[in-house]
Amino acid sequence: MLQSTTAEIKPRSALRVNPAKTCQPIGALYAALGIHGCMPHSHGSQGCCAYHRSHLTRHYKEPVVATTSSFTEGASVFGGLANMTQALTNIFSIYNPDIVAVHTTCLSEVIGDDIPMMIKKSYDDGIIPSGKLVIHANTPSFVGSHMTGFSNMTKAMVTYLSDRNGSTKNQLNLIPGFIDPADMRELKRLAAMMNVNIVMFPDTSDVLDLPQTGIYKMYPKGGVSIPQLKSTGDSIATLALGHFASYAAATALNDKWEVTNAFLELPIGLGPTDRFINALRNYAGVDVPESIVQERGRLLDMISDMQQYFHGKRVAVAGDNDNVIALVQFLTELDMKPVYVITGSPGNHFETRVGEILKEQVPDAVIKQNTDLFALHQWMKNGPVDLIIGNTYCKYIARAENTPFVRFGFPILDRMTHRIFPTVGYMGAIRLMDKMFDAMMDHKDRECPEELFELVQ
Amino acid sequence: MRKVAIYGKGGIGKSTTTQNTVAGLSEMGKKVMVVGCDPKADSTRLLLGGLAQRSVLDTLREEGEDVELDDIRTEGFCESLCVESGGPEPGVGCAGRGIITSINLLEQLGAYDKDENLDYVFYDVLGDVVCGGFAMPIRDGKAEEIYIVCSGEMMAMYAANNICKGILKFAESGNVRLGGLICNSRKVDNEKEMIQEFAKRLGTQMIHFVPRDNDVQRAEINRKTVIEWNPECGQASEYRQLAQSINENDQFVIPKPLKIPELESLLLEYGLFN
Repeated sequence: MLQSTTAEIKPRSALRVNPAKTCQPIGALYAALGIHGCMPHSHGSQGCCAYHRSHLTRHYKEPVVATTSSFTEGASVFGGLANMTQALTNIFSIYNPDIVAVHTTCLSEVIGDDIPMMIKKSYDDGIIPSGKLVIHANTPSFVGSHMTGFSNMTKAMVTYLSDRNGSTKNQLNLIPGFIDPADMRELKRLAAMMNVNIVMFPDTSDVLDLPQTGIYKMYPKGGVSIPQLKSTGDSIATLALGHFASYAAATALNDKWEVTNAFLELPIGLGPTDRFINALRNYAGVDVPESIVQERGRLLDMISDMQQYFHGKRVAVAGDNDNVIALVQFLTELDMKPVYVITGSPGNHFETRVGEILKEQVPDAVIKQNTDLFALHQWMKNGPVDLIIGNTYCKYIARAENTPFVRFGFPILDRMTHRIFPTVGYMGAIRLMDKMFDAMMDHKDRECPEELFELVQ
Repeated sequence: MRKVAIYGKGGIGKSTTTQNTVAGLSEMGKKVMVVGCDPKADSTRLLLGGLAQRSVLDTLREEGEDVELDDIRTEGFCESLCVESGGPEPGVGCAGRGIITSINLLEQLGAYDKDENLDYVFYDVLGDVVCGGFAMPIRDGKAEEIYIVCSGEMMAMYAANNICKGILKFAESGNVRLGGLICNSRKVDNEKEMIQEFAKRLGTQMIHFVPRDNDVQRAEINRKTVIEWNPECGQASEYRQLAQSINENDQFVIPKPLKIPELESLLLEYGLFN
């Protein structure tokens, strides 16, 4: 389908072809699902909400529930207060969530709906039953990307809900960033192995990776609970994973309750996971158990076994800024050469940080934020790569260029197991290596001349 | 920091009054920032001595995310700080959204932070509170006191009454309050008494009666506030008085907008019977 992409790169100023990002509300909706008993609510027209739900469902392979203010022409002209009031009345009487997390859409943003005023009015008028909560995040899609939306909703959890009763609790806050439920589960597993109590928010494990029981539950058992969120002001410290997804919430928590911050990158690969484990160790004052040392050792052994195959391989990476920043570090640990590194989301920190990581090993790498997959494809036309890592949309490029492809990040619409197997932590790194190795070797076995076809690698 | 928004009918003299008042406050040694919320970007012309400044939205469009506070904020008369929100050309785009975007950006850039040591922020807002965007300056946590510029002309009073309806809506759930009416005289019969009565019925006060004086036009043609152009003239002391009254004001109310027949009877009583 992309056979006609040309090698000749012409300057473009406004045009995006095959974008590498999506709407803010997708991130906000996903984050809201990480609160226990939460109904995400989209303040805008129905089409937005329908698209966001179906996109998330296609990635997580679970039903994603959300409500909408169902704007019509009238609401666009007169403002969305009446629709919001009606929506909240219906939501609490029909679906009875503990909390509603409102995010806006481009339409409600442009007409300037004042959501805090609407929420306050709904409390005052008794629309919101006592004991129930409503929070909100502004998520105009003409600013940032789904990463921004995720960040905004995570920050809203802090500004609306975090509290302090005065005595410091023996727990760490963990803001995981925009990662899959399997990854969040893995972070919890590592923390439990270390004997560290964590409050992770949002937490979509046991919400979007449910076992099949034959019984549908609108509010599954997972998700950070409201008492947990309230306790975040009493925690020892906050570990914020990922600059773009978690910085805002951690900073807000620090501003509000002066909870110490540790800013880390996503624990993808050896070094980034080491730093995560080390932060848990330092802030909670615990020792690293032998079991984790062994996991790390197995990863190290895999790296040394496979290094000869990964060494010097040219890789094109596309994905969300935080996730790519971490992944690129892992690729350099494997001695690979990430020659093209892009994200669709805007933010200069991406280019600065990836540039820093690749300065020694791949000084001529092309690194770009706020760009698209068409640009990446054109660069590949000019200098081919051995492997593409990115979301499902990269499969068109992989097919056109007959290049091995590993699915990573959001969204993955055409494979299934990403919500079960993590990519974070030492085990996640092993899985990523496994996938990269398989992809490259399957390609070689399929394409190589007979004399290079090997039984043993 | 006191956060003040100035509203009023188009052409009533909001920008002129705001800038002259700001000049008065700055002269008193107050640190003031003016945020012009008009797509024409002419709310700070007198303080800056010209229209040279680049607006927030123009800067945002050209620079992308790399906007810094110094790119959009310029120092004007008496160390006042001037920002123009700017906006689309007439007939295109969405000016209301422009105001939302630029106020959000100013917050992000820390223009209101404690270390800026501001005594006052003035929002000079175009015309009426026509839509959500133009109400941005009076949302909760933004401007907390409103002054409405009006005159004894019927349409100006009608607009002032309408703005009170907008304030009422936001005052119910937030901290925004009406600080008073500023009468910018058009030499209408019985103007002072009528606006005083109008203010009383709205539940507020006429904070100052600014007489009509051509010195205002003379200063404007010289791109200066009256206080800068001729500090000794009578009109300069009027604006000083207005600045003083605002500085000392402690009467902040939720307005009670009038019904149209009531407003018309007020006009009849003061306007036509004498």
